[in-house]
Amino acid sequence: MAVSKVQKKKKAFSILGNVYAVIIYAILYIPVAVMMMFSFNDQRYNYYWNGFTTKWYGKLFENSALIGSLWYSLIIAVLATLISVLIGTIGALGLKRFEFKGRKFINNMLYIPIIVPEIVLAVALLIIFLNIGTALGMGTILIGHCTFCIPYAIVTIKGRISGDDNSLEEASMDLGANRIQTFIRVTLPSIMPGVMSAAFLSFTLSIDDVVMSNMLAGAKQSTLPVLILSMNKAGVTPDVNALTTIMILVIVAAMILNNIIKSALKKRQNKEVAI
Amino acid sequence: MFREKNEVNSMGDAIVSLIEVEKRFGSNQVVKKMNLEIMEGEFLTLLGPSGCGKTTTLRMIAGFEDASAGVIKVQGERIEDKEPYQRDVNTVFQNYALFPHMSVFDNVAYGLTIKKVPKEEIKKRVLEMLELVQLKGYEKRKPDALSGGQKQRVAIARALINNPKVLLLDEPLGALDLKLRKQMQLELKRLQRKLGITFVYVTHDQEEALTMSDRIAVMNAGVIEQLAVPNEIYDRPKTKFVAGFIGESNIFDGTVKAVDGDLITVETSAGTVQVKGSGFQERETMHVSVRPEYVEVSKEPIPGFDLKGTVKDFIYMGTVVKTAVDMKDGMEVRYSRFEQDYSVKEQETVYLYWRPEKAVPIKQSR
Amino acid sequence: MSKKLDDNSDLKQIGKKRDVKRKTLPALAMAGPVSLWMILFVTIPMLFIIYISFMSRGVFGDVVYKFSGESYQTLMDATYFKVILKSLRVAVFTTVLCLLVGYPFAYYIARKPKETAAKLIMLIMIPFWTNSLMRLNSWLLVFQTNGPVNSFLQWTGMTDGPITFVYTDGLVVLGMITNMLPFAVLPMYSSIEKLNKSFLEASADLGANGATTFRKITLPLTFPGIFSSIILVFIPTLGIYTVSDMLGGGKVLYIGNIIKNQFGSIRNWPLGAALSVLLIVITMLLIFLYTRFASIEDMEVV
Repeated sequence: MAVSKVQKKKKAFSILGNVYAVIIYAILYIPVAVMMMFSFNDQRYNYYWNGFTTKWYGKLFENSALIGSLWYSLIIAVLATLISVLIGTIGALGLKRFEFKGRKFINNMLYIPIIVPEIVLAVALLIIFLNIGTALGMGTILIGHCTFCIPYAIVTIKGRISGDDNSLEEASMDLGANRIQTFIRVTLPSIMPGVMSAAFLSFTLSIDDVVMSNMLAGAKQSTLPVLILSMNKAGVTPDVNALTTIMILVIVAAMILNNIIKSALKKRQNKEVAI
Repeated sequence: MFREKNEVNSMGDAIVSLIEVEKRFGSNQVVKKMNLEIMEGEFLTLLGPSGCGKTTTLRMIAGFEDASAGVIKVQGERIEDKEPYQRDVNTVFQNYALFPHMSVFDNVAYGLTIKKVPKEEIKKRVLEMLELVQLKGYEKRKPDALSGGQKQRVAIARALINNPKVLLLDEPLGALDLKLRKQMQLELKRLQRKLGITFVYVTHDQEEALTMSDRIAVMNAGVIEQLAVPNEIYDRPKTKFVAGFIGESNIFDGTVKAVDGDLITVETSAGTVQVKGSGFQERETMHVSVRPEYVEVSKEPIPGFDLKGTVKDFIYMGTVVKTAVDMKDGMEVRYSRFEQDYSVKEQETVYLYWRPEKAVPIKQSR
Repeated sequence: MSKKLDDNSDLKQIGKKRDVKRKTLPALAMAGPVSLWMILFVTIPMLFIIYISFMSRGVFGDVVYKFSGESYQTLMDATYFKVILKSLRVAVFTTVLCLLVGYPFAYYIARKPKETAAKLIMLIMIPFWTNSLMRLNSWLLVFQTNGPVNSFLQWTGMTDGPITFVYTDGLVVLGMITNMLPFAVLPMYSSIEKLNKSFLEASADLGANGATTFRKITLPLTFPGIFSSIILVFIPTLGIYTVSDMLGGGKVLYIGNIIKNQFGSIRNWPLGAALSVLLIVITMLLIFLYTRFASIEDMEVV
């Protein structure tokens, strides 16, 4: 069968598109692949490939500086996530549902940490902290992280709150539930997906943050990314590669598990409906 | 007027009273000095075009809006400092407002769960209620998996299970297609009769209001124009707005030329017409409303009437065919027959008239 | 009905109490914490950094609280001015490349069925949950003197000796692009995806060929997305210092590095503050331009 000119052209375009996409994905995934590969490198500092070993996956637990900074990062990330999601959830509802003086101002303020380069906000906070004599440390890093996590959390959750229509809340109150009961039973469940993605976003932003953690850290302890930054000159050691490989695998595994559970729940629900 | 009051009073006492109630949003006055008594056990409809204040009135009774002035009483008790969840009224929302994350069962059980009713009783009452609205077997479904009509039934069941003194319904059938809407109208009426609960029903659909209601309050621009039983609203509209809003009417504006007993002769720009009524004086400006089905046609002038016009065209409406006649002042008068009126032709000159008692005299609104 | 006269005065009392309970308290409880946080940790620090930028540096690196424009004058010095220009150049270069590479990619994804597109977007996100510094470090390993790229080039005979990629602006730009690409792709993707297909069909129907349709319809209608991408790539690139630290080995300096150094080893807060204010001004300028085309609320943030 003869293929028309138009079809030929379309086919050529589609092949071209696929090739292009593969190249882009390759560029995005090469760094990840290289990072994983060098976690198996048999060399004290990662300079070149020197043979295969799995020893770093055991040895990384002996590296107290590494493990210490990992814990430090995890604690900060968990706390930053909790604070940001708490303030973000009630804040998103408050900013969406209530008219008050200065609401527009606060809404604009929320965009500053998202848009302005992080270094600017970091040094601005640093100046304030040093001026009022706050000791730099976990507290200041936490404040820094929350300051950019809260706006992201609010933007994410706001998108889940339906416009001006609060008929679900009205229905709940109409049926006898007071404001707190309504919040727990109706409002929160309906924005839960947004709250979950806000939590995920806050956690990933916090755990990967360098700038705030670097500028607002005390002398004693640094977060994992800051430790990596400081290792850079001497060369990053393969146990760090091993640790970050484990971390990304855990995140991806959690994502996949989450999707499996979600689709399983959906299937079960569809089945029930069919019966 | 008196007849109407007595008739309603026989149904019981006022369960909801609105006294001089007003609602302003900024400078916009949505409800103006409204007085309304809703009787126990009646099906009262607030009917009017969008923006007439009917939904706002309903929301003030439910407690979602606060009255700017005036008093609202339920069973003789003032309720303005009561929260929506403290009021013995329940609402069926226009968009159903079913909780998307809960099953049908949990939606219906919601009010009882909040009241901490024992689980066994909740189960029993929810199943009863679902049977009442013909949704048995749908307990486990999520609202997403229901059709519009089914969602509507769930919304009604969810409100009714709390045994409200008054059920408020805000255009509950608005989203349904015509056939389903008609079916649900009958079902709602049946439910209301069976349970004896007071229904306050908001709609802009006059046909719906006429079919279901015990009484209709026709609202326009924040004011109740007329409050009466359906056939009175249809047959004896009190204002020009009501005459125009309910059904189709030919409305003439004019001045009283002569009053002879209850026969009033009115001079309008389209010509002279006659109507029966009382309380009108000579030279008073007024309106005359006449339904298309009552308009008669003649080839010769009729005594008492002077309504000469030219047949313009015929409009097929399914069950009736309407004939449009152009008057000398440009007004179009329509009359309807079950078949096309072959006695007249397009462009023919005709004289229109009616039996004066079939037309309605309407006072000039202030 | 006779009661109505006494009703309105106490109705007002009830109304006030009710308003406090229903509106004021909930609003305070809900919007209060975020408002307080933003004012304490965004508004005040931002105002303070502007204030500091107009102070002067003491002999021991302390801040002398006396008005002075000397920090801004220092910015005009050749050394700093060069860095600013270079940072701007690199940021522009990175942004343009991200747009050129990202737009066709976003277009490619947007044309896929919805579920496939969601998966492809997910595939873009996954690498970004890997530590960003480690991903940068990988480029260092790939491009170092005896790394795979150099080996390959020498093996094919394209070069005799190893080429120095490490600690060059070129490698820094590569790092910037790979770090920023998703921020360019996502807003453009969602604006292309929102694009009503019937517009394109109408255009074709009216006789426009593919290129004309793209130029006259697709490009203008997806412009808000493109502008979002520009902001989300250009502004962070201008201020970032980690990429140049990791891939530039401290030899490649941008505005971000200079700011950081003023608060570290060099200790010239007013100068660092002035540079920060410069970044704020550039940001605000771009946002101002953006709001002339689209609403800030539409900005796609990842």
